[in-house]
Amino acid sequence: MKSNTTRSRVYRIFSIVVLVILAILFLFPLYWIITGAFKPAVDVYAQEPVWWPTEWVQNNFKNLFNKRSAPLWEIFVPFGSFFNNGEKVLLSAGPSAPAAFRWLINTVFMSVMAMIITCATAAMAGYALAKKRFVGRAILFSLIVCAMALPKQVILIPLLKEMAGLRLYDSLWAVIFPTVGWPFGVFLMKQFSESIPGEILEAARIDGASEAKTFITVVLPMVKPGIGALAIFTFINAWNDYFMQLVMLPSGSNFTMPLGIASLQAETSIDMGLLMAGAALASVPIIIVFLIFQKYFTQGITMGAVKG
Amino acid sequence: MKKFLALLLAMVMTLALVACGGNDQKDPAPSTPDPAPSTTPADDNKTPEPEPAPAEPTGASEITLWTYPIGDWGTEATVKTLTDAFTAETGIAVKVEYLAYADGDDKVNTAITAKSTPDLIMEGPERLVANWGANGKMVDLKDMFDDTDLAEINAVNEGVMKSCTHTNGAIYEYPLVMTAHCMAVNVNAFKEAGADKYLHLDTHTWTTQEFIDAVAALYAHYNDTVGAVFCAGQGGDQGTRALVNNMYGGTFTNAEHTAYTWDDPLNVKALEQLKSMDGIEFDASLAGGDEIAKFYQGALKMAFCWNIAQQLSPNGKGEETGAEKTVTGDDIAFMSFPSEDGNSKLQGGIWGFGIFDNGDQARIDAAKEFIKFFCDSAHTVDAVKAARYFAVRSTAEGTDLSAIWADEPIMAEYTKLMPFLGDYYQITTGWAGARTAWWNMLQAVGTGDDVAAAVAAGVAEANAAAAG
Amino acid sequence: MAKQQQSKMSRALQRRENVAGYLFMLPSLIFFLGFVIIPMFICIITSLTNTNMHDPGMFGSFIGLKNFSDLAKDKVFLKGLTNTFVIVIVSVPTVCAFSLWVSSAIYKLKGPVLSAFRCIFYLPVVTGSVAVTVVWKWMYDNYTGILNSALKSTGILEKGINWLGNEKTALWCIILILFTTSVGQPIVLYVSALGNVDQTLVEAAQVDGATDLQVFWRIKWAQMMPTTLYILVITTINSFQCFALIQLLTAGGPNHATDTVMYYIYYTAFKLTEQAGHFGYANAMGVILAIFIGLLSALQFKLAKEK
Repeated sequence: MKSNTTRSRVYRIFSIVVLVILAILFLFPLYWIITGAFKPAVDVYAQEPVWWPTEWVQNNFKNLFNKRSAPLWEIFVPFGSFFNNGEKVLLSAGPSAPAAFRWLINTVFMSVMAMIITCATAAMAGYALAKKRFVGRAILFSLIVCAMALPKQVILIPLLKEMAGLRLYDSLWAVIFPTVGWPFGVFLMKQFSESIPGEILEAARIDGASEAKTFITVVLPMVKPGIGALAIFTFINAWNDYFMQLVMLPSGSNFTMPLGIASLQAETSIDMGLLMAGAALASVPIIIVFLIFQKYFTQGITMGAVKG
Repeated sequence: MKKFLALLLAMVMTLALVACGGNDQKDPAPSTPDPAPSTTPADDNKTPEPEPAPAEPTGASEITLWTYPIGDWGTEATVKTLTDAFTAETGIAVKVEYLAYADGDDKVNTAITAKSTPDLIMEGPERLVANWGANGKMVDLKDMFDDTDLAEINAVNEGVMKSCTHTNGAIYEYPLVMTAHCMAVNVNAFKEAGADKYLHLDTHTWTTQEFIDAVAALYAHYNDTVGAVFCAGQGGDQGTRALVNNMYGGTFTNAEHTAYTWDDPLNVKALEQLKSMDGIEFDASLAGGDEIAKFYQGALKMAFCWNIAQQLSPNGKGEETGAEKTVTGDDIAFMSFPSEDGNSKLQGGIWGFGIFDNGDQARIDAAKEFIKFFCDSAHTVDAVKAARYFAVRSTAEGTDLSAIWADEPIMAEYTKLMPFLGDYYQITTGWAGARTAWWNMLQAVGTGDDVAAAVAAGVAEANAAAAG
Repeated sequence: MAKQQQSKMSRALQRRENVAGYLFMLPSLIFFLGFVIIPMFICIITSLTNTNMHDPGMFGSFIGLKNFSDLAKDKVFLKGLTNTFVIVIVSVPTVCAFSLWVSSAIYKLKGPVLSAFRCIFYLPVVTGSVAVTVVWKWMYDNYTGILNSALKSTGILEKGINWLGNEKTALWCIILILFTTSVGQPIVLYVSALGNVDQTLVEAAQVDGATDLQVFWRIKWAQMMPTTLYILVITTINSFQCFALIQLLTAGGPNHATDTVMYYIYYTAFKLTEQAGHFGYANAMGVILAIFIGLLSALQFKLAKEK
């Protein structure tokens, strides 16, 4: 018995040591991004890596901001060109600003939009799949399950042509819509809606509530945790997406942060200071958001799995 | 009914949401075009102005230009000065997108698939003529050349117009600038290793044997990679092609530009030689641009992806470290590629504009106006200087272009290489496929595959692309 | 219960159920059908044609199963298929095992320490795949990367390794990055699942004299099965999303050592534009990939259902 506890203590200490080492390794890329962003050119181009900047400079950010410019925002109406002789309908455009800010705005806009629309549509669809016994439900559900892991590359060419036909090519909607179409959200919401007791729905119906009212007053509050989980999942996913953006968004003013960094890499090859400045701009805001709302993130993710 | 209305509302809301984005045709053009160069884009606060700038009632009010990084034609501040001048004179706004060699071709191909190509594109004949032109995507620019134009261009180099012309007789590129591609050496490193005796810095030439000895001397001194046969992907292939072809005089295509001939035993010999050399690394993690950066950084002692624009502004950082200098201040010398007798055939680069046929005559006309403005007018001087290459013509509408670089000694020195300019074979059909096959072949050689077999497989692939 | 009532539903009720069901499904269906199923359908049709980039229409001419028979002989595609499966088969179990171990080591720690660890392992996910890729590219750099420098200065390596330029290491380098961006979520999930394990069962087992290991496998592992299955699903999905890593780091090289089907589809579609019928060919690859993934998903779902 004694040797057992000693052994488990040794194991505990060993595992803590390993964990700390791993944690350092996981933190290192972030450390390297942030220090790299502030390194002067001599450090960045040094043949032996410089662990700590010899001098903290803002040069890389200056280069990043001066490199490209774009209107700070542009508000355009999707499908508007169908009613405007093929010209896109542009409601407003912001003042010219460093393109990197526009990229950040685009990324936030795209992720938030994808998140809102996905949550709205998936909550409805998930409820229907779980609680409505309509014809074709089983087929639909198996279609959804099979399509869940489908990489976007599979439908690359048809989707590109479709977006061109809808005149959405080169607009953020061309990225948002396929993200919404990805059926994982429906699957997740269906799992959540399964747990709604049928009696409650029955009671609402007997009380004379319409389908819409039942959904809003009874179902939505019950699947709220699920919506939270889905919101986080979709947001992170959209934020990290790169492929659809690469194919759909050729204009610098429509770039997102990932695309912007990738274009910087393609253009400047190894101006690592500049790249790290871009990477820092892309990652630090969301990391701060994550740290502030860490509790909700964790809860949200967990919720997803308990039901999923 | 209520539920239906609620759902309808939800749908309308979903679809009617307005958003950022869109390749807006109505980009707010400055109502009073500002010809002054704006160096800091943030200062240039344009007021949002949904109405397009006042222009000729019939013409297009805005055109789009996609440009590859050709000298400073990849730098927004410079290009903006140029296009602002054009807008001021013609009232046509220009929306510019900047492509990179690493993924520019993919972007153009996606745009072709989506039928949303730009009006203008700036690159060389290998793309404009041999690829997009050959596939019927470009507008024939023949009507833009009269006899004076042709004479002015032929006065500089007879081959230029030939390269810009497709075999069907159509001219798909209006040339602006040209250069010879070369390689570069880090002079300080060569001196330190005692290899500078192999460099003839007065003529900028050397022989294959001198190159081999120099690499050996450098490797003996540094015990590390001194030159990289980069093969990660698109971009900079002219460097590796010229290196391999010149070493023992192999060819890349036949003289008629109809088939690829790089299975030439002389090329196999060159590749085997390179593979056997300590200090030369077939590096599949580097693309052309990376190689330049590694050379600029001092890690590599020679670069195969070089030309005058790099010499004037190494790694695009000329403003920070000065011309002909690495980041550590070492001297950079440009050199011809080594060949057995030192008389190499250098790869040419010809850059200019092409027009994508989007079926809108007004836009095509506006794009032609743009080309005329920059390639054949008093403004050509600025356009050429921005590219940091040599003008392809002697005069442009009366402006003498022969002396625009007179105050630049590096340019004058570089003209020593121009007589070595070889055949412009990059317009051989199937060029995009051949280039891909070339990279794959280098990677295969680099990973230790049999050289002759890898070369044979690569050529077969390239010729399959040429055959369509 | 509900099911019995439904079995007795009258026709009118069934119709009502149909209408309501489809109305609720409608917004989602528009997106799902419009941007997943219809493109997939077009993909299947065009995979039987020789359509290419220059075709004005959507479809070229019908060439039957030629694309598929060509694919079976295409060494690069087969290599890509192998690599795709290596990535999935290696990364899914290692991510699961690793996150399980980390979670079991941290779930009993004090609150702030626990959240600190959880955050750290989750960071690469929020940092963003492209930002992570770019910094790793720098760290892997053959000439001036910190990895070679660190290994050389500690004496582990004598000469630097060209991590991304070497056929033998490139794929593993990519799997490593994918790994760091995949473990965040599973760790969060396992920590919470371990916290939710029924303690009375654990205590009962301990009283019966079960060892820690037995307690872990017989009780905790069994109770965490749903979580594990969920993790398997999301990690599999994640493993197929490695396009950015490959495009930005190696572009499939060296010598196709890191080609995956996902990258090769893009490559065929937009780089091999001179290959005859390249769109049809790329779509045929898409169909094959979709079939494999559909089977995989069905299998996983079946497993989940059995539990």
